[in-house]
Amino acid sequence: MSFDKELDTRGMNCPLPILKTKKALADMTAGQVLKVVSTDAGSVKDMQAFANQTGNTLVSSAEEKGEYIFMMQKK
Amino acid sequence: MKKMGIIATKGTLDMAYPPLILASTAAALGWEVMVFCTFYGLELLRKNMDGIRVSPLANPAMPMPLPMPVFVQALPGMEAMASMMMKQKIKSKGVASLTELREMCIEADVKFVACQMTVDLFEFDKSDFIGGIDYVGAASFMEFAGEADVCLFI
Repeated sequence: MSFDKELDTRGMNCPLPILKTKKALADMTAGQVLKVVSTDAGSVKDMQAFANQTGNTLVSSAEEKGEYIFMMQKK
Repeated sequence: MKKMGIIATKGTLDMAYPPLILASTAAALGWEVMVFCTFYGLELLRKNMDGIRVSPLANPAMPMPLPMPVFVQALPGMEAMASMMMKQKIKSKGVASLTELREMCIEADVKFVACQMTVDLFEFDKSDFIGGIDYVGAASFMEFAGEADVCLFI
């Protein structure tokens, strides 16, 4: 899947992946997709909660070799 | 817009985290947040937060590399050692520092207010605290808290 920007939060722990995601989205325009890579297992539930509360769309959420990959589309 | 009011009353390394984590996260979710810092919670407002420590004394749940009897925990230097070890752990696990979290709070417009009464009580010097904060009493917090969706005492 294509994306417009990538955010690497590998090694970061709660709440940094969420805070960095919020910041990265702020520089993007509506409809653009942000790819977030995380190693924080808690971020799986948290990214969904972030999307639910902010109106951004979590297009996909996947795990690959211990890394979590999220595609977040800006509202 | 949802609102959250937090009363921060503790000034140890372990207890300084929850208010800052919740405040920064709520702000990132678009919430309006106020943190009322009173008693030892005023430590969250110091320009230099490096002095914030954790004590193994009276803290039996704190994980220790070795079992440590209480009389050993009370020895001089134990608090500094425990604080240093926890700070190293925080760094190695990718957990944000207190200063970093507070910066993110401020950037996201979290409103920090200081309890004027406690500042007077402990004769704190306001020049040791960050700028941009109001010095207020309980009535000011209640005005915000009365409209808040979530209110926490930490």
